[in-house]
Amino acid sequence: MAGTVAEDLEIIDAGRGGGTGTPAGGDDDSGSSGPLHPVPKRAYFTALQLGLAAIVMFFMALASSYIVRRGLGLDWQRTPLPPVLWFNTVVLLTSSVTIVVARKKLEGGEREAFRSWWWVTTGLGLLFLAGQIIAWRQLAAAGMLLSTNPSSSFFYLLTAAHGAHLAGGIFSLFYVTFRNWKRSRISQATAAELTSIYWHFMDGLWIFLLVLLTLGR
Amino acid sequence: MVTHENGGGHGHHQAPTGFIRKYVFSIDHKVIGIQYLCLALFSVFVGMALSALMRLHLGWPNAHWSIFKGGLMTPEQYLALMTMHGTIMVFMVLTTAPQSGFGNYFLPIQIGAADMAFPVLNMLSFWTTMVSLLVMIAAFFVAGGAPIGGWTSYPPLSALGEMAGPGQGAGETLWIIGLAIFCGASLMGALNFITTLIDLRVKGMTLGRLPLTCWTWFVTAILGLLAFGVLLAACILLLLDRIAGTSFFIPGGLVITDQVITWHKGGSPLLWQHLFWFFGHPEVYIAILPGMGVASHLLSTFSRKPVFGYRAMVGAICGIGFLGFCVWGHHMFISGMSPYSAFAFSILTMTIGVPSAIKTFNWLGTLWGGKITFNCAMLFALGFVSLFVSGGLSGLFLAQPALDLYLHDGYFVVAHFHLIMGVAAIFGMFAGLYFWFPKMFGRFLNEGIGKLHFWLTFIGVYAIFMPMHFLGLAGHPRRYFDTTAVDFLQKLQPVHVFISIAAFITIGAQLIFLFNFFYSLFAGKECKEENPWHATTLEWSIPSPPPFDNFAGVEPVVYHGPYEFSVPGAADDYIPQHLAPNLVKKA
Repeated sequence: MAGTVAEDLEIIDAGRGGGTGTPAGGDDDSGSSGPLHPVPKRAYFTALQLGLAAIVMFFMALASSYIVRRGLGLDWQRTPLPPVLWFNTVVLLTSSVTIVVARKKLEGGEREAFRSWWWVTTGLGLLFLAGQIIAWRQLAAAGMLLSTNPSSSFFYLLTAAHGAHLAGGIFSLFYVTFRNWKRSRISQATAAELTSIYWHFMDGLWIFLLVLLTLGR
Repeated sequence: MVTHENGGGHGHHQAPTGFIRKYVFSIDHKVIGIQYLCLALFSVFVGMALSALMRLHLGWPNAHWSIFKGGLMTPEQYLALMTMHGTIMVFMVLTTAPQSGFGNYFLPIQIGAADMAFPVLNMLSFWTTMVSLLVMIAAFFVAGGAPIGGWTSYPPLSALGEMAGPGQGAGETLWIIGLAIFCGASLMGALNFITTLIDLRVKGMTLGRLPLTCWTWFVTAILGLLAFGVLLAACILLLLDRIAGTSFFIPGGLVITDQVITWHKGGSPLLWQHLFWFFGHPEVYIAILPGMGVASHLLSTFSRKPVFGYRAMVGAICGIGFLGFCVWGHHMFISGMSPYSAFAFSILTMTIGVPSAIKTFNWLGTLWGGKITFNCAMLFALGFVSLFVSGGLSGLFLAQPALDLYLHDGYFVVAHFHLIMGVAAIFGMFAGLYFWFPKMFGRFLNEGIGKLHFWLTFIGVYAIFMPMHFLGLAGHPRRYFDTTAVDFLQKLQPVHVFISIAAFITIGAQLIFLFNFFYSLFAGKECKEENPWHATTLEWSIPSPPPFDNFAGVEPVVYHGPYEFSVPGAADDYIPQHLAPNLVKKA
């Protein structure tokens, strides 16, 4: 499998950069990737890992601010977590399962089934976001607004930041569905694999944030 | 197994023909590199103009100048100039030119790639940077003018809006938004650089054969990737404090311009300092590391000797990068931190002296016994070493909490960081420009004018910043608009006059450079050969300027290390990296 850290290291060590092999396929369809030169498939996985590292740093900065601010504040009040969050969590975890099923179908050549499962994942992703907005509304109805208390400030901020990143994942899900892959540098299967890694990561990130918000509120 | 899917359009990597696709929204890393350099060139002259106005005031605080309303500069104007000078220089010049400018142009070529891994993302990084520059510049033109909180924008005053000063209203908001956009742009750039270096190296280009320039761009990109996300988070928190009424950084009980702040409480301004400097210290290395790479590269090329201790140099680059993340607390010694923490930060900071000394020692070792050519590129590389040492040594003073207590927020600090982070990095860029200009534009920069530029600048920057150390030692605080009312500072006024005159001469020298740049671009001596400097790395194996796809579809293979100069038994005093072993002429 391409894209593992171990393989990257092996490649780094061996000094085999990209472009060492002739592009596979040799499809001479003119303009198949426009003016873009070919790059090895693993570059996409490297980039994804780096992107995730940057996202980790961003959320670690917010999480450490959360911990520090909580430790300081005599003004810290408990923010009740809206129960809908548990439903949302189940939805998101389920979507991680459905995306795995979708990819298995694609590997098995069942394109129709892949499309259906991929749509299910996309739907669950949208449902999660809708659920998060409901959570906000419930919290706001309970009188906890963004500026009410540092605890609620962080609740809105962390969920919004995660939601924005998850929205990027949903964009990616749509992209895999609607992109014309004949004109791309990578195949749909690779794009689906990249998207699923990102999706699982968003899933894990949500669990981390939920634990943080539960323990810290 | 390396796989390229969908055929990848091999052989169809053609240059775009339209003006817009070729020069504006270009995906060619070389054009994007030049775009970044142009952005930095514009910004450096804006930043310099702002500093000229500050020096005008500091040299002659009571003189009337018709450029100011009523003849005199106001304190707010001074603070706005200072804030924007720092911001534009740090972000739009020192972060963009050495890394995004030269790195974009030469990293892919030096590793044998046809372009960056993600050309469209590359284009997007540049245009996002441009948007952030425009947003920041817009701060000058909104009500209240540019922000006055300094480039570090410490809360609570940066978080409270207009009540903290005229520029702290809309201007400060634009500043924060501009910076947040810049973070996004830098993250995209860093991701592209690292991926390109890891996955697009040509056959034979092992890590041990990477030019040191590539090593520094690589480590700088890693620093950017890990640091800018943290600054982005900090910017969002600060923005929310300003516009959404949160209290992340604003403590309770503040009294600002006779007004008691009751709507904020419990926040911590120190939290901002931690987040900011966790980014801010690596940022210093983001600015200086590429200069180190260029200096190493040029000292070796123009001494006709291999880099002394290549592996130690790589280790030092990585060491400096790593330690850069462990020392942010030394910016906060006077914040009331525990002496034990201060001790730890102090020791870690002084530890950076070790890789720095390794580098300096190896630069001198590279020069030792070499056949040195003193052209402009080499002079600037030597100037870099000189400034790096001069600016670095004062860092060892400041790293000690006991001394920093006295020197903090004074001119000693200003002198220190301008020498090491500002001027040294700029010398690295000049060195790179004089060296690579013929490759980029097919013409040489004029050497005669260049030498005049070098000597005026070299003497000029020392004349500006050396006296500042003494101002600092005498107790002169930085960022003050007017110190003439203070007895002991009044006696230092002639030093300010001297510094201002030196600054104007140095700025004048940059106009000489600007003339040289445009003159040489159109009428400079033509560079007809691929390798005028008899250098070894891959960019010198292709035409000047390089074609759209760099190697014209023929991938080079690398057989040699990056600095094989004066190899015993070889006829020529250099062996290009791509030269097959059987083609190396024997003496």
